[in-house]
Amino acid sequence: MLQIIWQLMYTFFKLGLFTFGGGYAMLPLLQREVVESKGWATEEELLDYYAIGQSTPGIIAVNTASFVGYFQGGILGAILATIGLVLPSIIIILLIASLLNHFTDLVVLQHAFGGIRVAVSALVSFSVYRLAKTGVVDTFTFIWCIMTFVAIAFFKISPLWVVLASFFMGNIVLKIKGARA
Amino acid sequence: MLTYVRLIFEFLKTGLFAIGGGLATLPFLREMSFRYSWFSMEELLDMIAISESTPGPIGINMATYVGYSAGGILGGILATLAIITPSIIIIVVIASFMEKFRDSKLVQRGFYLLRAATAGLIMGAVFEVIFISLFDAGAYAISGDIFAFIRWPSLLMFIVLILLIRKFPKVHPIAFIVASAVIGIILKF
Repeated sequence: MLQIIWQLMYTFFKLGLFTFGGGYAMLPLLQREVVESKGWATEEELLDYYAIGQSTPGIIAVNTASFVGYFQGGILGAILATIGLVLPSIIIILLIASLLNHFTDLVVLQHAFGGIRVAVSALVSFSVYRLAKTGVVDTFTFIWCIMTFVAIAFFKISPLWVVLASFFMGNIVLKIKGARA
Repeated sequence: MLTYVRLIFEFLKTGLFAIGGGLATLPFLREMSFRYSWFSMEELLDMIAISESTPGPIGINMATYVGYSAGGILGGILATLAIITPSIIIIVVIASFMEKFRDSKLVQRGFYLLRAATAGLIMGAVFEVIFISLFDAGAYAISGDIFAFIRWPSLLMFIVLILLIRKFPKVHPIAFIVASAVIGIILKF
């Protein structure tokens, strides 16, 4: 038992260390480690975890780690697999953040981040465009997408209310639509 | 001490309500920047760049970074542990009645609008800071010159980047970030 839990932590530590970007970027490595090498889940099970990881709150990679950890090592397995996954992030980001803090006055670094901000603007805009393409499927979802944008950008409404409202409105709208059809 | 309590509370909330991938934490991080002034929106963009260029899930990297900006090393650790706690609890609960959850009408219907909202939420969170990096409303107000309104080098670079990202979807974001850093240094952004 103890050995399984140690292995879970170690395997997810490796996954956290060697994937850039989480989410779908992690899928190929997960397949290799969890399905092929360790046999902790079948291919179908892994895809199920992913699907549920997407439709539950939280970060997809974290949710998947909790799933695999739970089925192999119970609650303790879920906790330690997830901690293993985030440990590299904690170490690396804390190192970089404390290093950068000492160099913020460097003019070269300021110019570099001036350029980087444009790149991040473009990358985030493009991600939003891709998300919108899958999320906007009809007129109502289009209007809802615009409304949430306006609510956040211009009215500074808390995202918490937007998420809750989306969940309940979705149920109401589809129920009415279903009743009519 | 109060900062740590606030960090834990804010990141528990983010872990519980951020739905739809790493960038979905952005609207919550923006709210923190307004409420506690732990960091500016420009700093948030820098954190995104570093989170995308280092190993690990973006949402986790962002949590560690924001936690560090607010409360040092302990802040970074607490924020990260707080953001994963709701996930662990929810997944352990769901794992015990998985089939029921997947086939639940309530959940499926809820996602009809949640999926549309994700895009709006993220764009809403970064709109202002992107706008400021591409346009200069201050210079326009002083000179009244429409050409002064646009930061030409940034806007051109933005358009070229969008076209490149679209054309080469397999190229990793790090490549675009590093190239833009070099251009930023050469052109003195």
